[in-house]
Amino acid sequence: MSDVREAPQPESLFGSPVSYSRGQKVVHPSRAEYVGVLKKLLDDGFAMCSDLTAVDYLSHPGRELPAGVVAERFEVVVNLTSIATRDRIRVRVQVPEADATIASLFELWPGTEAMEREVFDMFGVRFDGHPDLTRILMPEDWEGHPLRKDYSVGRIPVQFKGANS
Amino acid sequence: MTAVENVRQTNEGAQEMRSRSDIGARELLREVGAVLRMSEAEAAKLGQLPVDPDEDQTMIINMGPQHPSTHGVLRLMLELQGETVLRCKPIIGYLHTGMEKTGEELTFLQGGTNVTRMDYLSPLNNELVFSMAVERLLGIENDIPDRAVWMRMLLSELNRMSSHLLFLATNGMDIGAVSMMLYGWREREEVLRFFQKVTGLRMNHNFIRPGGLAADLPAGWRDDVLTILETLPPRLAEYDILMTDQPIWRERLQGVGVITADEALALGTSGPILRSTGVAWDLRRDQPYLNYDQVEFDVIVGTYGDAFDRYAIRLNEIRESIRIVYQILDRMPLGDYRIQNKKVTPPPRARIDESMEALIHHFKIFTEGFKVPEGEVYVGIESPRGEIGCYIVSDGGPKPYRIHVRAPSFVNIQALPHMMRGGLVADAVAVISSVDPVLGEVDR
Repeated sequence: MSDVREAPQPESLFGSPVSYSRGQKVVHPSRAEYVGVLKKLLDDGFAMCSDLTAVDYLSHPGRELPAGVVAERFEVVVNLTSIATRDRIRVRVQVPEADATIASLFELWPGTEAMEREVFDMFGVRFDGHPDLTRILMPEDWEGHPLRKDYSVGRIPVQFKGANS
Repeated sequence: MTAVENVRQTNEGAQEMRSRSDIGARELLREVGAVLRMSEAEAAKLGQLPVDPDEDQTMIINMGPQHPSTHGVLRLMLELQGETVLRCKPIIGYLHTGMEKTGEELTFLQGGTNVTRMDYLSPLNNELVFSMAVERLLGIENDIPDRAVWMRMLLSELNRMSSHLLFLATNGMDIGAVSMMLYGWREREEVLRFFQKVTGLRMNHNFIRPGGLAADLPAGWRDDVLTILETLPPRLAEYDILMTDQPIWRERLQGVGVITADEALALGTSGPILRSTGVAWDLRRDQPYLNYDQVEFDVIVGTYGDAFDRYAIRLNEIRESIRIVYQILDRMPLGDYRIQNKKVTPPPRARIDESMEALIHHFKIFTEGFKVPEGEVYVGIESPRGEIGCYIVSDGGPKPYRIHVRAPSFVNIQALPHMMRGGLVADAVAVISSVDPVLGEVDR
């Protein structure tokens, strides 16, 4: 009889690593797996996309991620809710600064339209396949993406159409 | 990449609604079918509208941002054919003040003053969700004293009542029942007067804080709450006579702004809009927080998903809130109103005079703030308008690295184009009103 136990396998869901943050389940798919994993979650009963947002990790690079996930500057965070099982799940996807693009979830949850526009507006992350990727909160001729960490919070000149600055 | 290049690297199109000749078929289909992913034939059947009216038959007009029925600074661009709304596009951002960016500069103790100003009609629910997220990050969510939890529930439910009363007032005014506006405002003032007695302010209280509450309930609070609870039911019965039973009111709301359950779910709506379609989804019952699993109440649902259902749901939710508050009064324990953890809450005032250590803790908390362990967390609760969520990332410092508030109105507004499609301009006012958006949280 051998008492060599197998090393515990890291948990995964649809081939993507899973971690727990304060008891909340988080899936970490790659950008290529992103839409596929979310499609499976939708088919799994997560009918409601509660929230979609992003984080700019420029000044906080050393965060904890499961093995195999390479930290990038941006992270798109999606919170899903299942009405049937009353469950929640969170999806975090790494988006590199050099190519800040990710597929849109509009085809799965049309309700992500405004949220993806907000992320584009605030972080400059582009969503491929989004039907109307324009600024939503800032004026349409605004320059820069305010929630990026290298966007200063100091006083900035007021930018408005036709105003003499 | 330099910061300047980053700032320059922007490329966006126009936000405004464009005329039909400017846009492709796909976008037009998306706008008229909103986001329903249905075939062209089905989209044409919806509302029995001609698929392609000539451009000279339609007109694009602005409703808002300066319009009394848009509840603030919501701007809707409507494409009209005569009196019929063909397309609608909400344009927001007029009240955007960068509150999420501001939140990154405030400590966790100061953060409450920021989030409370987002949904200014239910400030206590905003503070509650923020505090619960911070407590979860700190790992003290199960150590909050019992009295603090029940007090939070009391304030949250009273806030739900005041918010719904304001909805009844503005809804009445939008539809033309102007006397309802005065009644609704009068009743809401009773609740706000109680809030002023408890927190010192009518709105934007910053009363619910990480670790508990700012102060205990004042002497005589129970009588004040009972007065509110006894005043309201007869007044709600009056509203039923004034509005619910009145044929004109029903004609004006029934069958207006209809949305189905599938559409509401796909669009991510929550709160009374989702419940009006028959989906019994209320986070107080389905993902209980505080002590909502220990009180009895019903989740009010509608059947038709129209503006009348949304009105009736809110009216009856006030009654359910009254029921909950009676149970809270029975169960309110004695005890501490905040956690006695020197790292999170300031020490009692008297201790500062006698203990050097207490003085240091007091000084540290108010100058530097308390440090929150690294991590990220999402907490969602049921605000009067739907699911309000708070996503916080902490890098281990005294300020949140990123704070994001999932505002129910921001998401709910997406349902407007769909609800308005094929309706009349006059009904557009009823539809906006029934969504009950608060622009402070839409734009943040």
